[in-house]
Amino acid sequence: MPAEILRMTGIRKEFAGVVALDDVDFRLFPGEVHALMGENGAGKSTLIKVLTGVHGVDAGTVLFAGEPVSFAGPAAAQRGGVSTVYQEVNLCPNLSVAENILLGREPRRFGRIHWSALRRRAVELLARLEVSLDVSAPLGQQSIAVQQLVAIARALDVDARVLVLDEPTSSLDPGEVERLLGVMRSLRAQGMAILFVSHFIDQVLAIADRMTVLRNGKLVGEYTDITARELVAKMIGKDLPVLEGLRGEVRHGEGTLMQASDLGRKGSVAPFSLEISRGSVLGLAGLLGSGRTELARLLFGADHADSGEVRIDDTPVALRSPRVAVSKGIAFCSENRKTEGLIQDLTVRENIILAMQAARGWTRPLSRRRQDEIVARSIELLDIRPADPEARAGDLSGGNQQKVLLARWLITEPKLLILDEPTRGIDVGAKAEIQRLVAELTADGMAVVFISAELEEVLRVSDKVAVLRDRHVVAQLANDSLTPDDIMATIADGGER
Amino acid sequence: MTTLTVSRKRYLPILATLVMLVGAFGFGSARYDGFADSQVVLNLLIDNAFLLVVAAGMTFVILSGGIDLSVGSVVALSTLVSAKLLGHGWPAPVVILVVLVIGASLGLGMGAVIHFFELQPFVVTLAGMFLARGLCYTISVESISITNPFFTYVAQTPISLPGGTHVSIGVVIALVVVAVGVYVLHYTRFGRTVYAVGGSEQSAMLMGLPVGRTKIQIYAVSGFCSALGGLLLAFYTLSGNPLHAIGMELDAIAAVVIGGTVLTGGSGYLLGTVLGVTVLGVIQTLITFDGTLSSWWTRIVIGALLFLFIVLQRLVTRRTR
Repeated sequence: MPAEILRMTGIRKEFAGVVALDDVDFRLFPGEVHALMGENGAGKSTLIKVLTGVHGVDAGTVLFAGEPVSFAGPAAAQRGGVSTVYQEVNLCPNLSVAENILLGREPRRFGRIHWSALRRRAVELLARLEVSLDVSAPLGQQSIAVQQLVAIARALDVDARVLVLDEPTSSLDPGEVERLLGVMRSLRAQGMAILFVSHFIDQVLAIADRMTVLRNGKLVGEYTDITARELVAKMIGKDLPVLEGLRGEVRHGEGTLMQASDLGRKGSVAPFSLEISRGSVLGLAGLLGSGRTELARLLFGADHADSGEVRIDDTPVALRSPRVAVSKGIAFCSENRKTEGLIQDLTVRENIILAMQAARGWTRPLSRRRQDEIVARSIELLDIRPADPEARAGDLSGGNQQKVLLARWLITEPKLLILDEPTRGIDVGAKAEIQRLVAELTADGMAVVFISAELEEVLRVSDKVAVLRDRHVVAQLANDSLTPDDIMATIADGGER
Repeated sequence: MTTLTVSRKRYLPILATLVMLVGAFGFGSARYDGFADSQVVLNLLIDNAFLLVVAAGMTFVILSGGIDLSVGSVVALSTLVSAKLLGHGWPAPVVILVVLVIGASLGLGMGAVIHFFELQPFVVTLAGMFLARGLCYTISVESISITNPFFTYVAQTPISLPGGTHVSIGVVIALVVVAVGVYVLHYTRFGRTVYAVGGSEQSAMLMGLPVGRTKIQIYAVSGFCSALGGLLLAFYTLSGNPLHAIGMELDAIAAVVIGGTVLTGGSGYLLGTVLGVTVLGVIQTLITFDGTLSSWWTRIVIGALLFLFIVLQRLVTRRTR
C-alpha cells in the first residue's frame, strides 16, 4: 500500500464553547475513495473545513504528504493540492463554462488571456470526465448536474492530489449519479485520493474503499467492510429505526381538497389534471428537470398558469401569487433552502415566525411571549438542534435548517403542504424523522404534496404518485405495492403501458 | 442552435441601445437640417469625452456589482486642483500626474474601506462624494480660469479628419481609455475577475480568486478615470470650478445602464457604455436643435429611457433564467 497522502490526528475544534470536533483522526491514501459518514451535525463539514483551512484547529495536527500543513484558506489549500467541490455549486453563472473551469489560471500569451487555448484546455479537462458541451455558453444555462461536473473539472485542473467531494450527488438524478461515480472511479484509478461525503448509503457502499464514521464530533471508527445496516447503526449510535412499514394501507383521503384541471404553463409544465385529497400524500416522481418543481410552483401561484383552473373545496381560485395561495391555506417549502427559503442571518425564532406573521399582517405583531411559546413547541416537535431559538439559522446543519423551514409553515396550520425535496442533503436519521412527520401530519387531515428525487422515499410516504417526464404528467398511480422499478418503467415508457 | 439564441440574448440590451441610437439619430436627421452632418456627430463625442472616460471607470465598478457615487465630485476636484496648481506656475505634466495620483488614491482609499470593513459601496462612495466636493470649496469657492499654454494647446488644437471635420485631443484620449478598458476587461485576469465578482462574490472567493485586491483595484480604476475625466473637462472648459460636474455620477450610471450593463453586476460590455454615452449625447443634440425645448427635457428623456432599460433587462434576464 502506498504511503498515506493525508493524516489528521487528534483534531479538536470548538465554536463558542461548543465542541464540534473532539480528538478525531482521519487518513487518506492515494488511489482510494474514503467516505466520511455521519449524521448532520456529526462534524463532517467542520472536519473538511479544518482540512481546507476555512477553520483553524484548536488541537491536533494535519500531515499532508508527510509534512505538517495549516492552509490559510481554500485558495491556499487548492494551491497546496487539496481541492474541494461543495454541495452548492460555487461557480459564477454569468461566465462561460470554460472560464469557470480555468478562472484565475487562464492560459496566457504575451500577458493576455489566450482565449482559444482556454477553450481547448476546458474541452480537454471536461473530456477527462467524459463530458462534452459548448464551453463558451454561460454556465447558468447548464443543469445543476453539469455545473457540478464543471466544478470537478475546475478542481482537477490544479495539480490536485486530494479531491474533497462534499455531497456532490445530492442534486443529481440516478443517471447523473452513475456518471459521477464513474468519474470518481476513473480518477481513483489515476491515483487520486478522494474524500467523499454523501448521505446516500448505497452510493457510499458502491464506491468507497474505506469509511470513517463520526458521531457528535467524535470518531466512531474506520471501516473497510461493513453492511448498510451496520453503517447506519454506527452513524446514529443505535439500531436502524424501522423505516419500512411507515405507512399501512393506501388512504384515499377524506374528500378532495384541491383539484387542478388542465393546469399548465408554456415552457414549464404541459397541462395536467390532478386531485389532491385531504389526509393523503401525493408524491411527485420524475427525473431532475422533468417539471416536478415547476408543477409545485404552479400549485402555489409562484408561477402563473396560462391554461386551466384550480378549484379548492370546489370553488374556483385564481392563484395569482403565493400570497393568495397562503391565504387559501397552501404552504410551500422550497427545495432551495439557502436562497429561497431560510434567511441565514435571522435567528431560528425569527425564521419560524416569519410566515405566520406575514399571514397576520404586519399591523398585528405577535407578542414576544406568544412567539417564544410557538417556537419552543416547534423546536420540541421537530427536534431542532441546537434547541436554541436565538441561534443564527445559517449556523444550523442542513437537516435542522430544513426542520426550521418546515416549522415555519406548520405553525400556519396549512391545509395543503407542498414539500419540494425536503430531505435533500440531510442524513438518514433526520430523513426518517421528516418522513414520519409527513405521515403524522396527514393523519391529522393535512394534504401533502411530496417531491423527491429518491423514488424509494416517494414510495415510502405517498398514497398516490404522479409521474412526470419531460414536463408532462405521464401517469398517476395509486401506491399499492408499487416499486421503484415500476416508476422507472413508467418514466421510461412515458406512461404508455 | 441553442447557443446561438443564448448569445443573442446576451447581446439583446446592447442591440436595443443600438436600435434606439439609430432611431433617435434618424429622427433627428429627418426633422432638422444639418443634424446628420458628420461634424455634428463628432461634436457629440467632443462634448462628452469626459463623460465617456468617467463612465468607462463606472462600468468596471458596476460590472463588479458595486457603485461609485464619488465620480462627479472627483471630477470637480480634479479641475480645481489643476487650475490652482497651474495658477501657482507648476508645469503641466506634473499637475496632470498629481491630479491622476489624487484621483486614483481616493478610489483606492474608498475601495480599501469597502473591502476591509465590509461596507456597502453606496455609503462609502457617498461619503467620498461629500469629501471630494467639500475639498473643492477649500481650494476655491469660485471658478478659476486656466491660462497654461499646454492646457490651452490641448483644448484648442483640432485633429483634422477627412472630409473637413475634426475632433479634439480629448476625444482621442477618451477612445484610448475605452480601448484599454475593453482589453483589460476581456484579456486580463483582473478583467475576468471583475466579471466573476459581479456574478457571485462568494463563489469568486471560494474559487480562490483575489476578490479583495480586485475590488480595491476597481475603485482605484474608477478614481483614476474620474481624475482623467476631470482633466478632460479642464481642457474642455479651461477652468476649475467647484460647481463642475454636479450630478455627473448619475449621468455616468445612466450611461452604463442604458449601455446594457446590469446594475447588479456580472453582465455587460464597455462598448455598451460607449453607446450609452452616445445616446445621452444624441438626446442633448436633439434638444439643442429643436431650440424651443428647455434643456431639462434632456433629463426627462433620460429618465424615461432608464425606465425602459431596466424593464428590458428584467424581461431578458427573466426569460433566460
